[in-house]
Amino acid sequence: MNKMTCCILFLGTSLSVSTHIANASSGSSIALQGNSNGAPPCVTCHGGKALGRPLTGIPYLNGQPKAYLIKQLNDFANDRRVNTVMQQNAGALTSEEINAVANYYSKLPLPEKPTDYKNEADNITGKRLTENGKWSSGVPACFKCHGDRGQGIAPHFPAITGQPATYIETQLSHWKQGKRSNDPTSLMQAVVSKLTQKEMSAVADYLASKAPAETFSQKNQ
Amino acid sequence: MKAIPFLLVISTGLATALQTSMVFSDDTVVYALEPETALAVKPYLPPSEQTIPHNQFGEMVLLGKAIFTDTKKHASQYVGNGLSCSNCHLNAGRLSHSAPLWAAWVKYPAYRSKNNRVNTMEERIQGCFTYSMNGSPPPADSKELKALMSYAYWLAKGAPTGINLPGRGYPKLEKPTEKPDTARGKQLYVNNCAVCHGEDGEGTKTNNEYAFPPLWGRDSFNWGAGMHRINTAAAFIRANMPLAKGGSLSNQQAWDVAYYINSHERPQDPRYSGSTEATKRVYHQHQCRYGEKHDSNILGGKD
Repeated sequence: MNKMTCCILFLGTSLSVSTHIANASSGSSIALQGNSNGAPPCVTCHGGKALGRPLTGIPYLNGQPKAYLIKQLNDFANDRRVNTVMQQNAGALTSEEINAVANYYSKLPLPEKPTDYKNEADNITGKRLTENGKWSSGVPACFKCHGDRGQGIAPHFPAITGQPATYIETQLSHWKQGKRSNDPTSLMQAVVSKLTQKEMSAVADYLASKAPAETFSQKNQ
Repeated sequence: MKAIPFLLVISTGLATALQTSMVFSDDTVVYALEPETALAVKPYLPPSEQTIPHNQFGEMVLLGKAIFTDTKKHASQYVGNGLSCSNCHLNAGRLSHSAPLWAAWVKYPAYRSKNNRVNTMEERIQGCFTYSMNGSPPPADSKELKALMSYAYWLAKGAPTGINLPGRGYPKLEKPTEKPDTARGKQLYVNNCAVCHGEDGEGTKTNNEYAFPPLWGRDSFNWGAGMHRINTAAAFIRANMPLAKGGSLSNQQAWDVAYYINSHERPQDPRYSGSTEATKRVYHQHQCRYGEKHDSNILGGKD
């Protein structure tokens, strides 16, 4: 290897490192400080470590698949997913900023503890639907598509364990009522059409009571 | 209204004659329901897992289920691809119309034209490893095969022996109105299947393991597996795919997407004799694309 090659290699490496840092910082700065176009910091609502806020039903973002986060932000920005606050906030981000902030959160580990403790002792329905499904009605287990512990399956299926019960239940209800319809190939709409309100509540409580698979979060990186 | 002729026929005692006229696949995968059993037999429900006994037999049942649902992890030496039994036998082999284990259990030993002899249940399962799992058959006295046998036996607890239980195999489809077509199939695949199985049929991995199975390519079933046959794949797809949306594709759409999926390269048929043409002549006289030209390549044309 001659000097010139070394030099080029070195330059290439330093360039890619600096690009990486620039992306990472712009993602983290949006998350922690917002941008100059009126987007507030994500952490304001999603919690100090973006681990969600159970009481208000705001989901955690850490460790979610990058493509999933990009799609949700784009869908909010283009009114394909409805939430007044998020439609406005996502609309204040450029597509580069959406990529950067999605990249930032996708690299963070999944939360290690449930964000919303629920008593799962008697929740047989929630456990059954989440882990085994209701195949007699054509409903696969939640974990069939969201990972064997609900840790998500990139690129399209988000982590669901440990999300606040209110968040999960609201999303399921919205799909059932037709208020949310941005799921790929209408899969979630098909699932909830075969679930009762009581079953959706039980699933939400059960998922909220589980840790989002901390042992998997490391391997996902 | 279609049920009325059946009722009339059976009431006049001609059920047996009608039964023999029913269509059977030679691969024991796709079945038309026998009208006699459809009326006489209640839908069979496999036992709840809570009733698995806490003893050595129960342990084998549980091992069998573990092998069935994560085959590579628990029977790795016999698996040559990225699939698990439960990819085609949904809900751990319990689900009706998804080739449930309990319905197979009560119909073996049985003659199979695939190998032109009577097969035991052990041999049937070994066949799955050779073809669908693109691996090698676990010996009959291996722990793995004993565990799978225990699991299938336990799932069939109380089921009547020797009849086609409703829900066996995959529901046979009518022939498509139009000849299946790869262009239509591809569009259907992109719109309905790719979200899980990947843009190029490669499946989806998480933690370096398949979360959604590959449908073609080197980690999928080989050219000898039942699922490489267009009719079998179409029947499975129509009844079960996409998950949670079984029955949502039309008859024609199921044929088209099955045709597209099975127009891709996959591991060679283990019975390959050194000539694709000869192998096709002997083993592929059914609805499949083995040995056919596709995109200037001969499918199954590689050693």
